Amino acid sequence: MAGVNLKIDGVEIEAPAGENLMQAAVRAGVRVPGLCQLDGLSVVGACRMCMVEIAGTPRPRPACATPVGESMDVHTDTPRLREHRRVLLEMLFAEGQHICAACVASGACELQNLAAELGVDHVNFTPPPTRLEMDLSHPRFGYDPSRCVLCTRCVRACAEVEGAFTWGVAGRGRETHLVADLGVPWGEAESCTSCGKCVSACPVGALFEKGTSVGERRVPRALVSTLTARRERESHREVLK
Amino acid sequence: MSRTLLIDPVTRIEGHAKITVRLDDAGAVQDTRFHVVEFRGFEAFCRGRSVYEMPALTARTCGICPVSHVLTGAKAGDAILGVEPPPAARQLRRMMNLGQILQSHALSFFHLSAPDLLLGFDSAPGARNVFGLIDAEPEIARRGIRMRRFGQEVIAALGGRKIHPAWAVPGGVLGNIDPEALERLRTEHETIVHDAKWAWARYGELVDAHPAEVAAFGDFPSLFLGIVSQDGNWEHHDGLLRFIDAEGNRVGEDFPAERYADVIGEVADADTYLKSPYHLGAQGGKAVGPEAPGTYRVGPLARVNLAERMGTPLADAALAEFRGEFGRVPLGSFHYHGARLIEILACVEQLGELLNDPDLGRGPLRAEAGINHLRGVGVSEAPRGTLFHDYRVDEDGRITGVRMIIATGHNNLAMNRTIGQIAEAFVTGPDVAEGVLNRIEAGIRAYDPCLSCSTHAVGQMPLVLRVEGPDGTLLHEVARG
Repeated sequence: MAGVNLKIDGVEIEAPAGENLMQAAVRAGVRVPGLCQLDGLSVVGACRMCMVEIAGTPRPRPACATPVGESMDVHTDTPRLREHRRVLLEMLFAEGQHICAACVASGACELQNLAAELGVDHVNFTPPPTRLEMDLSHPRFGYDPSRCVLCTRCVRACAEVEGAFTWGVAGRGRETHLVADLGVPWGEAESCTSCGKCVSACPVGALFEKGTSVGERRVPRALVSTLTARRERESHREVLK
Repeated sequence: MSRTLLIDPVTRIEGHAKITVRLDDAGAVQDTRFHVVEFRGFEAFCRGRSVYEMPALTARTCGICPVSHVLTGAKAGDAILGVEPPPAARQLRRMMNLGQILQSHALSFFHLSAPDLLLGFDSAPGARNVFGLIDAEPEIARRGIRMRRFGQEVIAALGGRKIHPAWAVPGGVLGNIDPEALERLRTEHETIVHDAKWAWARYGELVDAHPAEVAAFGDFPSLFLGIVSQDGNWEHHDGLLRFIDAEGNRVGEDFPAERYADVIGEVADADTYLKSPYHLGAQGGKAVGPEAPGTYRVGPLARVNLAERMGTPLADAALAEFRGEFGRVPLGSFHYHGARLIEILACVEQLGELLNDPDLGRGPLRAEAGINHLRGVGVSEAPRGTLFHDYRVDEDGRITGVRMIIATGHNNLAMNRTIGQIAEAFVTGPDVAEGVLNRIEAGIRAYDPCLSCSTHAVGQMPLVLRVEGPDGTLLHEVARG
């Protein structure tokens, strides 16, 4: 495979053509923040947390959705990007009800970690009050829409890995929310196999195991990535046979 | 012409309140009111949340006794799941409650009330606080701070943090005691026993120094409510609830938490966010009238009055001394301070037993179950008194209704009466001396009220006294803080 030479935060690397900047950054030993990206799932570029600056391009680009290019000079951590990420993060906080003190994901939450990393200790936006009902109809899992950041990792995990297509997205703007089977309570969704991949993929505490309490999130986020990696390896073996 | 004195807000209590004293034409006290002036609305915004979140959510009612809410919320959750937590979990929960009562009592006595008791009610207000105490009586301040820290460290050893540990959950607890912290607590325990004995030994001297306050600080007959153990001894977490009257006789049958609404009524007044609970039987099922025979008190004095024995040697010796001096059922609210010191001894002794129990924390820590009941009531003795959490849920475990009755609420009628008694003894006209304001406040403070919890209010506490005419016109104002 032809390699592409580029520079990320001053580190010169060679990456396979077709790889995106987020993957390439790992080769350069650089971690680009992100919420909607999860190894093993398709790319949507929904959260815009992974925006990077590329010399010669006027606007920042999402690292997860931008393929590597020859001689690119990429910067992942500039004052402009930091400010941009902080504002985005504040907006995410403002849209939901992110009360870490009562959340199952506290201590294992990607949103909380990002806030700590980027120094977001307060929110400057005052959104209109929202009253979103928890869906606890599923026997094993719960869904709290007020904690959802609409990364759609659950939607993709369900469709691409489990193949159940239970989760979808409905509504527009601030009304956007997840729906199970076109809008029935999760517990009534006939397509749901109760596999829990969506819960494992959730970066926050929006999807959780019922019966768990504050800071008790146990399911590994890497589950979906591990499964897809193993499947890929198996399919290679099949090809070799 | 009648006049009104207003103390707004009351200081060195937890929360935000004001006091009005209405004077008649002759300048004598006509009426007194204790108002709690802020509102937070936990009972509304918890609706729609999962029952598993409730201990953590309700813990945020207050930073002084989050543990009491965590434990009571978890007990209400146990009732909804229909499970009894495993023995080890129950033992650890009890241990945390003892740590909580100890640290809060230490705060109340040494940091908040000792300045009045040791420096005097008429001493300069600028120095009548914990810093003044450190200057005047460094030893008592040091011991108080050390005792509070020990209680906080018991909480942290179990829940991982001193404030708001979301550690008790429906069915049990999240984790075991930290072994390193356990060792440290064992080492430090003896010093704390010594401090608790030393504090109790000084109580007699404080009572002797303040005869007028002992007589005027809410010395009246009332009922008392609290949890008692199966054998009628001092209890703080597991057991039935009991009412006694001013002579110590049982009022009605002992009852479990879920039956509280059969025994306790609540009235709301327009001028305060703090409701007034009362004993339904004593009121003859009626709402509260001027005589208020259903007035009852909770908290240290109630628990000590309810108990046959404390159950540990030092606390029992102190209890015998207390009763020898003040009778089987001391009625003066000043004696909340003494009861608090006896409870400190009991907590320290019981903690010692737990710290040295080789089976502490051994075995399963959590019972798992689904939603089996649509209502659950939890009760526990918070430092300030009996705490009820009453939850209703739908079949998925979503909260549909929350009611919390908090210690300070139980004491509301008694606190009103206490203010009246102090005002009658010390207020003789609109020109009220600062020391009198302080006595009125201190009467309230004897109950160690927690208004954050009881109304879910927060606030800073400067103090304003207003003297008002019958039409509300401001006649005289004293401000401080």
